[in-house]
Amino acid sequence: MSVRTLVTGLGVVAPNGLGVERYWEAVLEGRSGIAPLTRFDVSAYPATLAGQIQDLLIEDHLPSRLLPQTDVSTRFALIAAEWALGDAKVDPSTMTDYGMGVVTANACGGFEFTHREFRKLWTQGSKSVSVYESFAWFYAVNTGQISIRHGMRGPSSALVAEQAGGLDAIGHARRTIRRGTPLMVTGGVDSAFDPWGWASQIAGGGVSRSTDPQGAYLPFDRAASGYVPGEGGALLVLEDAELAMARGLPEVYGEICGYASTFDPPPDSGRPPGLRRAAELALSDAGLAPDDVDVVFADAAGRPDLDRAEAEAIRGLFGAHGVPVTAPKTLTGRLYSGGGPLDVVTALRTLTEGVIPPTYGPSDVPREYGLDLVVDEPREGRPGTALILARGRWGFNAAVVVRRFTG
Amino acid sequence: MTRRVVITGFGVRAPGGSGAAAFWDLLTSGRTATRRISFFDPSPYRSQIAAEADFDAAAEGLTPREIRRMDRAAQFAVVCAREAVADSGLDVGALDPHRVGVSLGSAVAAASSLEQEYLVLSDAGRQWEVDPGFLSAHMFDYLVPSVMPAEVAWTVGAEGPVAMVSNGCTSGLDSVGHAVQLIHEGSADVMLAGAADTPITPIVVACFDAIKATTPRNDDPEHASRPFDGSRNGFVLAEGAAMFVLEEYESARRRGARVYAEIAGYATRCNAYHMTGLKTDGREMAEAIRVALAQARTDAGAVDYINAHGSGTKQNDRHETAAFKRSLGETARKVPVSSIKSMVGHSLGAIGSIEIAASMLAIEHNVVPPTANLHRADPECDLDYVPLVAREKQVDTVLTVGSGFGGFQSAMVLRAPEAEAA
Repeated sequence: MSVRTLVTGLGVVAPNGLGVERYWEAVLEGRSGIAPLTRFDVSAYPATLAGQIQDLLIEDHLPSRLLPQTDVSTRFALIAAEWALGDAKVDPSTMTDYGMGVVTANACGGFEFTHREFRKLWTQGSKSVSVYESFAWFYAVNTGQISIRHGMRGPSSALVAEQAGGLDAIGHARRTIRRGTPLMVTGGVDSAFDPWGWASQIAGGGVSRSTDPQGAYLPFDRAASGYVPGEGGALLVLEDAELAMARGLPEVYGEICGYASTFDPPPDSGRPPGLRRAAELALSDAGLAPDDVDVVFADAAGRPDLDRAEAEAIRGLFGAHGVPVTAPKTLTGRLYSGGGPLDVVTALRTLTEGVIPPTYGPSDVPREYGLDLVVDEPREGRPGTALILARGRWGFNAAVVVRRFTG
Repeated sequence: MTRRVVITGFGVRAPGGSGAAAFWDLLTSGRTATRRISFFDPSPYRSQIAAEADFDAAAEGLTPREIRRMDRAAQFAVVCAREAVADSGLDVGALDPHRVGVSLGSAVAAASSLEQEYLVLSDAGRQWEVDPGFLSAHMFDYLVPSVMPAEVAWTVGAEGPVAMVSNGCTSGLDSVGHAVQLIHEGSADVMLAGAADTPITPIVVACFDAIKATTPRNDDPEHASRPFDGSRNGFVLAEGAAMFVLEEYESARRRGARVYAEIAGYATRCNAYHMTGLKTDGREMAEAIRVALAQARTDAGAVDYINAHGSGTKQNDRHETAAFKRSLGETARKVPVSSIKSMVGHSLGAIGSIEIAASMLAIEHNVVPPTANLHRADPECDLDYVPLVAREKQVDTVLTVGSGFGGFQSAMVLRAPEAEAA
């Protein structure tokens, strides 16, 4: 009998809402976080729109001693982790030794911080480089800082898989729980909105060059022209169900009941990409069939060839118009390692609230996609199971299945 | 019924000679591969020493396009992966690609390419708002380094789970541990696992300078890495990679594979204490060791060799000496302990995998590599560190450990293929 993994806490730092309640309101109301990037003068860059975190006074949330040693992405991660643990009402003093661990995904590391240190090195010399550079930059920084701040000494890790990494982190946290650790903080956060980070994202070739905040990121639409990069993400508290109940079960958002990851065949193989297989494996891991799925949260790349491939995967698995599909991430942009975890949060709220948030933006979806894309208005219902999909550049695919908790 | 995981092939690129034979020859000779940095002028830096690998990408069989698009660390990983597959005798083309995965560790990934691109984009640091007109098409690959395991997946035809584990200096142990867990649970039957890091670039040298973690013994590079010695004063930065073919034991046996070692136990813990500092008691590393041994169903007394983290910083060597005593009791005083970082330096995320290779070869050859440059041990480091000279000894069970920034403490138990669990 395998261990069940429950989600008992959520922490969200998203471009359209801080905290899970504000974020969920924004998703239902269609409030977007996409706007011209204001961190620096973007006028000379070929892309200008981003999903930026607004109105977050870091000093109100973190002790001042953490500020000189952290990149903005790590500050977001620390705040989201604290919110998630608070939401789960975890009292670390009651947990067993080594009973709590951390798995985060990271795509860019502490990039703005390290950009400043590169600049200091090359303009002022090596003695000007910060004593914090060695750990403010690397990809494990958020795992390490969360572990230290909350005294979490159990098995911990950091994973990189571009936009698929956040679901991989959740999958690995669940694996760690099944191997005997009672509680895990997991998810991902990214931010690279300094000039070098911004230029590097543009270099990837997928970023929309549109200047219209409503029309720049239109996944599945005929007019899809790329994605808008965002920052932030989500951290979740996962727990072994039995142990969570033993500590006097707090509010439960749902159960992580399936996960899988796959890698695409080489582009010239003539074989289909691995996304559908990831979804099938995750369902099989959950002991569920496609018919059991009530809603799919799509990866929604926003590039016609990738959108078509995802539509084919969903249609192949569920049949044409076989399942409601949505992508509320058009309100935040793509958050790299934060994207999957934020979608899982959205899916969990969808299950607890009984309403599927729509995909704002797309209006002209090719008929041959065969997608039942939820657009314009939230759709009422009583969804019990959701499938969340994510793809990372170069061929990474990940899928998570969440289910409403029924005790 | 638990699935068991064995190593059936490996490839290594480390300082001091190219390939597996040169690697083992160096480790058993007690020679060192540390030298004054030649990749750039190190004179402005506090620590001017590194263990550089003499790596010729074209001679290693990489095509001009592969060399252009891949960061140096990715090149190391791909070369080692190809060698590991060839060494294993696996016919990858005959495998179900869905059952083959990749787990690659790296701490700073594309650091050297990032620095090269930065200098162009910023006009040697002069522009904060970098000029996108000078963007390389590969800049995104350096920003988000999961292209590295993707390169490995393409080269071996893997379509199962592909992961990049980036846990700082324990990445090379944790990436292999991650792969072991995937085989245990049945997510894959074959994993290409290992790690690569090529951090010898100004920004990385400068960031370790800033916290005095690397040694300033610039007048004597060959003897600069001195784990456990009373005169040690920091680690020597290095580069390298090692990749392994891991297989589920029964299927490896069925195909008549040569088995180097079983990965019998693995565990990791965090100290939740400090991003770079270590408590003196070694408590969390001791716990990782205890759990790894329990998983391997091995008593402390059965450990024949401990491959130490042994970075040569003041705090590390005392910390792990305490951890060995705490977890192994009296055995800690009897079992040989050594640090190959004395010879090949500390290649950050890669070294954990390179040390797995050394541990596996210790089993293969029944030889314990020495700790070079160890003339007078720190009185607080009072174990048998195998000073200077390799030692012949029956080696069936090896404990290898790692410790890293972020507080990560990891331990792995390797066992000779014929040695069954007690």
